[in-house]
Amino acid sequence: MAGNRLPRWLVVALAAGPATGLAVFFAWPFLTLLAEALTGETIASTIRRRSTRTVVWFTLWQALVSTAVTIALGLAPAYVVARYEFRGRTLLVGLLTAVFVLPTVVMGAAFLALLPDSLDRTVWAVIGAHVVFNLAVVVRLVSLAWEHLPTDMESAAATLGATPRRVFAEITLPLLRPALTASAAIVFLFTFTSFGVVRVIGAPGTRTIEVEVWRRATQLGDLGGAATLALLQLAVLGAFVAWSAIAQRRSSRALDLRPAISRRRPVGRTEVGRVRAIAGASAALVVAPLLALVVRSFSTPTGWSVSAWTNLGRTEIRPGLRIGIDPIDALWNSVRTAAWATLFAVVIGALASLAIAAAGRSGRFLDVGLMLPLGTSAVTIGFGMLITFDTAPVDWRASWWLVPVGHALIAVPFVVRATLGVLRSVDPDLTDAAATLGASPSRAWIETVVPYLWWPLAVGGALAAAISLGEFGATSFLSRSGGETLPIAIERLLARTGSLLQAQGSALAAILALVTILLVVGVEHAPRIAPRIAPAARRDRSRRRT
Amino acid sequence: MSALEVRGIGVDFDGLTILDGVDLSLHSGEIVALLGPSGSGKTTLLRVIAGIVRPSSGSVLIDGIDATALAIHRRRVGMVFQDNQLFPHRTTIDNIAFGLKMQGVGRAERLRRAALWLDRIGLTGFADRRVTELSGGEAKRVALARTLVAEPLVVLLDEPLTGLDRELHDRLMTELATLLRATGITTLLVTHDPDEAAVIADRVVQIDAINHPA
Repeated sequence: MAGNRLPRWLVVALAAGPATGLAVFFAWPFLTLLAEALTGETIASTIRRRSTRTVVWFTLWQALVSTAVTIALGLAPAYVVARYEFRGRTLLVGLLTAVFVLPTVVMGAAFLALLPDSLDRTVWAVIGAHVVFNLAVVVRLVSLAWEHLPTDMESAAATLGATPRRVFAEITLPLLRPALTASAAIVFLFTFTSFGVVRVIGAPGTRTIEVEVWRRATQLGDLGGAATLALLQLAVLGAFVAWSAIAQRRSSRALDLRPAISRRRPVGRTEVGRVRAIAGASAALVVAPLLALVVRSFSTPTGWSVSAWTNLGRTEIRPGLRIGIDPIDALWNSVRTAAWATLFAVVIGALASLAIAAAGRSGRFLDVGLMLPLGTSAVTIGFGMLITFDTAPVDWRASWWLVPVGHALIAVPFVVRATLGVLRSVDPDLTDAAATLGASPSRAWIETVVPYLWWPLAVGGALAAAISLGEFGATSFLSRSGGETLPIAIERLLARTGSLLQAQGSALAAILALVTILLVVGVEHAPRIAPRIAPAARRDRSRRRT
Repeated sequence: MSALEVRGIGVDFDGLTILDGVDLSLHSGEIVALLGPSGSGKTTLLRVIAGIVRPSSGSVLIDGIDATALAIHRRRVGMVFQDNQLFPHRTTIDNIAFGLKMQGVGRAERLRRAALWLDRIGLTGFADRRVTELSGGEAKRVALARTLVAEPLVVLLDEPLTGLDRELHDRLMTELATLLRATGITTLLVTHDPDEAAVIADRVVQIDAINHPA
């Protein structure tokens, strides 16, 4: 932590930017939202309304079903990944992870493309998309626990007379429980707050709380009701997170066994067959929707055609008939927005990381403060900004920078996490050594710390770009006509009937999927090609990853 | 008839021969120590007998019945693992009672029998202790009790005293010898320590002597 000993005034100056940004673009909108909701009558009337109960009930049951199915389907791949060494093992985990980071609208679009017409606009499509999306959470967390569970412990139970089924029930399952609870909690959180998937699939009667907030605020003009629902969701989530934190602490108390990993090749025809079948089926489950997306982008009622791709820039669907969405425009809007959001996030994130690392204990406030937008849903952030910045002198709704700022708010925590670890691992002796050679404190710091910053900032920037490109929740509130980003355009196109529009939507979703995967895969491999990080820094990063 | 007999056991892993043509026979109630340096395949032989490792050739007979293809849980072969493999999510008494539970013994009865064993290994009052809080010697005794309470036909001990400090090692060695004699159970013990083998076992077998490379 030493090594970042900066003059006090400089720390305050560094923190000022991020703190002000957080106050203006997060705290203020949030308080506005509170004020909007907290008029006694709004709360009472919203909660009494029957549609509110319907929405809350739907949100809850679809999240529970999605979570249960994800866990059930994730167990088998978690098992083969944990216990067996086979060709394609890394690829399987990589595939699952790549799907996990896809933008929500892409996953929604992929399920629309995958399922037959009788199923594609139903709640089952929503649940299917949730399951495929979150399979990686279960497989990664559970296999991590499973590979550390000694096979001899299961053998020991068997020598005591336990049948394979009882070994699983009495030994394996209880020991996996902490990992199962943790992954279930994460999947539940993601699916409970689902917005993009539900909006894109657009099945009748499927409205999560998030979707209802958006519908009331932007379609019905019921700001009070929307604000109340947003707060209701926040309260439910807060309670759930607190409960699951306590539950997980309790269940993981004694199980700190971490013996060596013993993966082996499958032996014999049945075992090889089983491993292949499970790995193959899991891979197919996550690849099929993406393949379907590509296929759909080439299919027209008259057969295969590249017209959706070649006509991306044409807004006329028939001579003289325009639909007001220009896919190529949306592409450029997204690129521009992502560039600005990345710039904002990297600058704010860099300033914040430097301030947090140098401020010691009081830096925690800024650290936690900047994380808050992640805990709040993007929908809530966008909604808060929409109702706050709509009157002079802060009528910024038409400003080009409002959407990138919203995205940056969500991306900054990622930049901070990438940067802070590296900053904290710079050997303090280096700064002292520079000082003994006559460098002033600021100069010593510039010479010894700053050179390590570029790489984590590049990693954080790539993540910020990926987040901005796929962001849908906040953008749904903030984007203006003519300024649609890719996810907005995809949702609009897929909401229309007409196979050309559907094909165009699928084509855009495929582009977005590809770009996101490239960015995130690049980040995943970054530690291996990082050129300038000190050995200590690299060690720290690898520790944080496990 | 032998209580345990292995005939021509061979084991290959990834093209590497670990065991080749091993023959061994134990009478009922006999305690045999299998002595040999590390890497000689002693533990692998125990795993073959327990059913954890499938042999590439040969057969295992338990009480005269061919058990080579039998699943682990049907063999009635108890095994004390070198690192005990106590179940960390169960209390000490529930670890000891596990085998009885698998046999379908009622809760009251299995707790009573497990408590008797707890007394026998000198750990009275440890019933509700978490096994993660036991010392090395205590954990070893619990692992032994957990195996013996289930009354297996044959008991396999994999380096039961390795890793304990000298004083504890010596005390546990005599305790173990007494306990095994008292129960009269057929026992195959693996060790690399000739003194240990001499104190505990009725008969000592060198693994090199029974493992005949082709």
